[in-house]
Order: sequence, then structure tokens, then C-alpha cells
Amino acid sequence: MKFKLSGVCAALAAGVTVLAAAQVGAQELRVQCYSDGNECEVTGDIAKRFEAANAGVKIVIDKVPYKAVVEQLPVQLAAGEGPDIARVTDLGGLNKYYLDLTPHLGAARAKYWQDNFASTLDWFRANAADKGIYGLMSQLTVTGAFVNKTLFEQAKVPMPPATATWDDWMAAAKKVADATKTPFAAAMDRSGHRFAPLAVAYGARIFDDKGAPVVDAGYQTAVKKFVDWHKNGLMPKEVWGGVGGSQYRDAFEEFANGRIVMYYSGSWQVKRMDTQVTKAFDWAVAPAPCGPAACTAMPGGAAFVGLKRTKQPALVAKFLDFLATDANYKELMARTENIPAHLGVAKAGVTYNVSPGAKAALNSFVADVAKIAKPNYQLQGYRFNRAVFLPTAQRLGQAVAGEMSADDAIKRLTADIAEQVAAASK
Amino acid sequence: MKSSTARTPWFFLTPNLVIFGVFTFLPIAINLYYAFTGGVQLYPKDRPFVGTENLATLLDCGSYLDPASCKKDIFWRAVWNTAQFSLFQVTVMVLFSLITALVLNRKIIGRGFWRGVYFYPVLLSPVVVALIWKWILQREGVLNAVGVAVGVPQTLWLAEPGWAMFWVIFVSIWAHMGFYTLILLAGLQAIPADLYEAAQMDRASPWRTLTRVTLPLLLPNLLVVLVLAAIKAVQTFDEVFVLTGGGPGSATTFVVQFIYQTGFQEQVRLYGLAAAGSLLLAVALIALTLLQLKISRAEEAGERAR
Repeated sequence: MKFKLSGVCAALAAGVTVLAAAQVGAQELRVQCYSDGNECEVTGDIAKRFEAANAGVKIVIDKVPYKAVVEQLPVQLAAGEGPDIARVTDLGGLNKYYLDLTPHLGAARAKYWQDNFASTLDWFRANAADKGIYGLMSQLTVTGAFVNKTLFEQAKVPMPPATATWDDWMAAAKKVADATKTPFAAAMDRSGHRFAPLAVAYGARIFDDKGAPVVDAGYQTAVKKFVDWHKNGLMPKEVWGGVGGSQYRDAFEEFANGRIVMYYSGSWQVKRMDTQVTKAFDWAVAPAPCGPAACTAMPGGAAFVGLKRTKQPALVAKFLDFLATDANYKELMARTENIPAHLGVAKAGVTYNVSPGAKAALNSFVADVAKIAKPNYQLQGYRFNRAVFLPTAQRLGQAVAGEMSADDAIKRLTADIAEQVAAASK
Repeated sequence: MKSSTARTPWFFLTPNLVIFGVFTFLPIAINLYYAFTGGVQLYPKDRPFVGTENLATLLDCGSYLDPASCKKDIFWRAVWNTAQFSLFQVTVMVLFSLITALVLNRKIIGRGFWRGVYFYPVLLSPVVVALIWKWILQREGVLNAVGVAVGVPQTLWLAEPGWAMFWVIFVSIWAHMGFYTLILLAGLQAIPADLYEAAQMDRASPWRTLTRVTLPLLLPNLLVVLVLAAIKAVQTFDEVFVLTGGGPGSATTFVVQFIYQTGFQEQVRLYGLAAAGSLLLAVALIALTLLQLKISRAEEAGERAR
């Protein structure tokens, strides 16, 4: 018995020693990742190659729902907890938790990042004086309108040209809806981000001269127009009016079920369209709808950011830099069917293994990137952009539901944005 | 020896007291602290003291009856929605639970089965309940499909404010009445059978037996059910949040959703305002609990007098 006990003890001691040694030798990075499609899986595949090239390194991809990134991660970070790397969409808002990769990259690689991600590095920064490199855009998105081509053909209504305004598109979609007995002309995802291009097209500057967000005349025009489209039955009430608070709701199901002629969403829906809609009807992406001020879209996307709380900043920078290399980034874009934010990769072109329809759609979104108006870029890069987006969804939702007039919604929206920005500045 | 006997209860109570302290009293204290501090910082030490500013913001109203006149209109819409929901849901649910308990207490065929049927929804997760009903009630849902098949026009059950509130109350009653029915059923079974025999011998009508025997003896259980249901109604969140998201507009936004939205959903998280909202909610819950205590004490006093 004595022998047995001492044997067990020796085995336990050996096990603990081996485990401890493994702990000392292993370098583990935890990557919190949400996915629109297969982003986390593709990142995981690339991470395996990183592990193979760096003995003793383990990259753990923790796949989480989008809600966890939006609602739980900021609280975790504020409490000093959280992963080493996270895939986020609130690019500027979480700036104070970011790890500046610059000192870990080395001069040559830092220049590579600055050259190739010149158009998006600002989105992560706190202010104009901030020159840090904080994250890698894993997905550059552009908003845009999906059109049910089959319904247009059945109605024998020509597609509006590239210069067509939102009003032209709504009129054409209404004609198609009437001719084909489709319940609604159009729908837009319930999101202030999606509403922003409509506002800018109708003259919204989004920011005043001091750089503070403002609900100006252009924004107000767009609000009134949007509420009227719902009142007149051009848009289904349940998308914006059927949900409470500032909750997001997309209108993909409505489009996929042939209940709307035009659907305003964004490039991240292409994969879903290709797999779920193509078999039902022909669809296409319309050029960015215009207004008196601009033909514009809203940029956006998700990014992998290093977090200050990590105990292995150099390894975080090394892994993100590995993802940012031309070959890996190109693979990430091709396999996830996303638009590259890497200028070099964009210039060289990405070969997407997709259907001709999806390819045409992606090309249409890429063409819209050049049209994006300055206020849309500024809004995307604004640290508190969600303080504009979320109240927009809430107040417009109330107006669409008939709870308040468009004018009252504008007043409340103005007050909400001012309150949020003031509180954030305290 | 005596002191060791005196310490024994503490020995058994301490683990529970520690858990209670950490997970109940400490959060209450933190909530109180947050309610009187401002800013967006999470750590208490980083938060500036603002006194009663958060409470004043929530209570800043032209008229409490008109949410549009309030600075935080959504909060007051949520207050009135919660009040409306609680009033209707509790009244109707207690009434239905009572009727169901009375029926299930009789010797009917398949009594065990029916008791199971009424209790079954209580076992379901609130999220599952909400998702099932959402599937039934959405525009392309089962209810509209059946309606259209028999010639009834399609209705937006969850996108019209009146209908949305109706269905929120209905679903909540469906999901919870089994629990309250069970409490009432236990109360009914505790009423001595000889009282009914005596009533029968006196040729009392069924209605008279109900009002003079059953209901008076069931009153303590009814009071418990009423207060429990009221407290639960005021705290309603998960089912409604999944079913309607608080919409259309803010037609089914309740106080707990306002607190959650203010504290956790917005980019700029106003923890102080959310904490002040939960403080006001706590006041309402304390009032309900005190009412329960008062009624049960009056009941006990009445019994002793008899």
C-alpha cells in the first residue's frame, strides 16, 4: 500500500512538473472573434500556420456572438479583463483599451502598415494627434442597395441609372411592387449606420465646425423622407417600427422571401445572398443612390485589435502582423469574400471563388468605395459614432411606429446625441 | 459549553450569509453608490459624485402622466407600460389560475394529465417561450397563415402597439399561470373536506360554497400568489425583450429594459442613470412587499380575533 501511495505521489508530482513546464514554455494568445460568415474559421486556419512557424505558441480562437462583442467586451475591458486580441466594430470607441503595435513592429513593418492601411488606421485613433497603429481591418464593408432583378424584369421597369436619386429608386421600386403585387417597394436594415448615407446624400454634414455631431437640415430632410416612406407604405413598418430601443434588425428575410423589391444593407450580405437567394431569383447591387448633395455609401467593417491588457504585447503584434502580410490578408479576403482594406492587396486584386452574380456584386461595392462622401468617412472614424447611430435607430423607430412625429423624433434625437457626447466627455 | 451552542447556528448560517452578502447586499450597495455618481467610468473610484442628479434627470417631467413632457421620455413610457402590463397581467393571470385550480381540483377525467399540461410552459426557458410565440405571431407566422386561409386579413400582431401589448400579456400569462395554479391547487387541497360535506348537508349552492367556504380559506394563498405575481410582473424583461424587443416604438418597453439599455446597450453607458432607474424600481418593489406584509398581518390578526 505504501509502495502504491508513493507511486501515485510520484506520478502526480511528475505530472504537475510536466504541466508547469508546459505552462512556462507555452505562449497562449486568446482571440475573441465574432463572425458574419466564416471569418473566425479562416483566421483559425491562418493561425495554425502561425503556430507552426512559432514553436510553443498557441492561438485560441474564442468564437462569440456579435452581441457579446458589442455589449460584454467593453465592460470586460473597463474592468481590466478580456482577451489578448478581439474582433470589434466599435473601432474608435474602444481606443483607450488598444495596444499600440508600432513599437513591436519595427520601422519597416510599421511603414508597411502605414502605407497599406492608410485609409483605415485613423478609424482606430483617439484624435488627430494620435499616430498609433492599433488594428487590422479584417473586413472593409460598404453599404449598398440589393435589387430583385427578376421583379424588375417581370414588371418591365428599367433599372434606374447610376445617377438615380433615392427618390428615383423608391419610385421605380414602387412601380415594380405595384406591377408584381410585391407587398413593399424597399426596406433598410434598422441601423443608424445604414441611415447615414441617405442623410449625407440629402445634405447632412453630420459634424459642425467644431467637430461635434449635429442633426442638421440635411439629416432632418432625410428623417422626414424616411418616415414618410413608411407612412406611405413603401417600406414595411415592422423593420424599424416593430422593434424597440436601438436594437439592430436586418431585412434580409423580407428580401429573400421576395417581399421587397430593394433592400438597403451592405457588402457583408453578399455571401448570404449568393447561398440563399440566388436559387430563388436574380439579384444585383445597385450603384450608390444619390441625393442633391452626393451619391454616397457608408464605409465600415470589423477589425482585429490588440488589447493593452495583454501580457504578451510583442506576440500580439507579431500575430496581427502575420495576418497583415500580403499573402495571408489576400487569403483572408478571398475566402471570406470581403473587400480588402489593404491598399496593396486591393490594387493587385483578389480572386474570389464565387458565382458571377456575387462577383458582380462585390465589384459594384468596390466601385462605390470611391464615391463615399467625406462626412460618411468622418462619421465612421468618429469615436462616438454609435452615440449617433443608436439614438437614430431608436427615435426613427418610434416615429415609424407612429409614437411620435418626425419633428419630435428630430428634437429627441438631437437631445440624445448631445447627452451621450457630453456624458462621454466627462 | 453554552457559548459553543450559541455559536452553532452561526456556523451553519455563515456560508449562506457570505453568499447572500456578496451576491445580494454588495451589489445593492454598489448600485446605491453608482446611482449617486456620474460619468461613464466603470470603477467606483473613478466616478465623480453627482448627488441626486441622476434621480433628478429621471424625475424631470412636465407631467408624469405625459411621457413626452419628460426629459427621459423612454423611462416614463417604460414606467407606464410596466404599470399597465402589471395591472392586466396580474389580474387576469390570478383569475385564470384560480379558475384552472378550481377545475383541476375536481374529479375530472385525466386530472393528472391536465395538471401537467398547465404546468408544462413553466418548465420552458423564457427565451424559448418568446421564440415560439414570435414564430406564431410574426407577419408570416402561423397565426396569420391560419387567418389568411379562412379569409381574415393579415394583421401585424407584434408591430401594432395595442396588439403587441395584448400578446405580451397573453404570452406572459400562458407561460406563468401554471406555477400560480399549482400554489392555489395546494391551497384548495388543504381545505378540510368536512367543511364541504357540512355545506352540502346545509344545502348550500355551489356559488355559496365557493364564496363562503373556498375563497375565504384560500385567501392566504391568493394573497401570496397576488404579491408574487405583481413582483414578477414589475421585473418582467427576458420574454418581452425577445418577443418584441420593447417595440413597436417603445410600446412594450418596460423599466428593466430601460435599465439594461441605458447601462449596457448604448455605446456611452450611463451606469449612474441605470442605477438610479433600478433604485426607483426597488422602491416600487419594496412598496409591494410592504403591502403584502401589511395584508398578511391584517389577515393573521383577523384570524386570531375569530
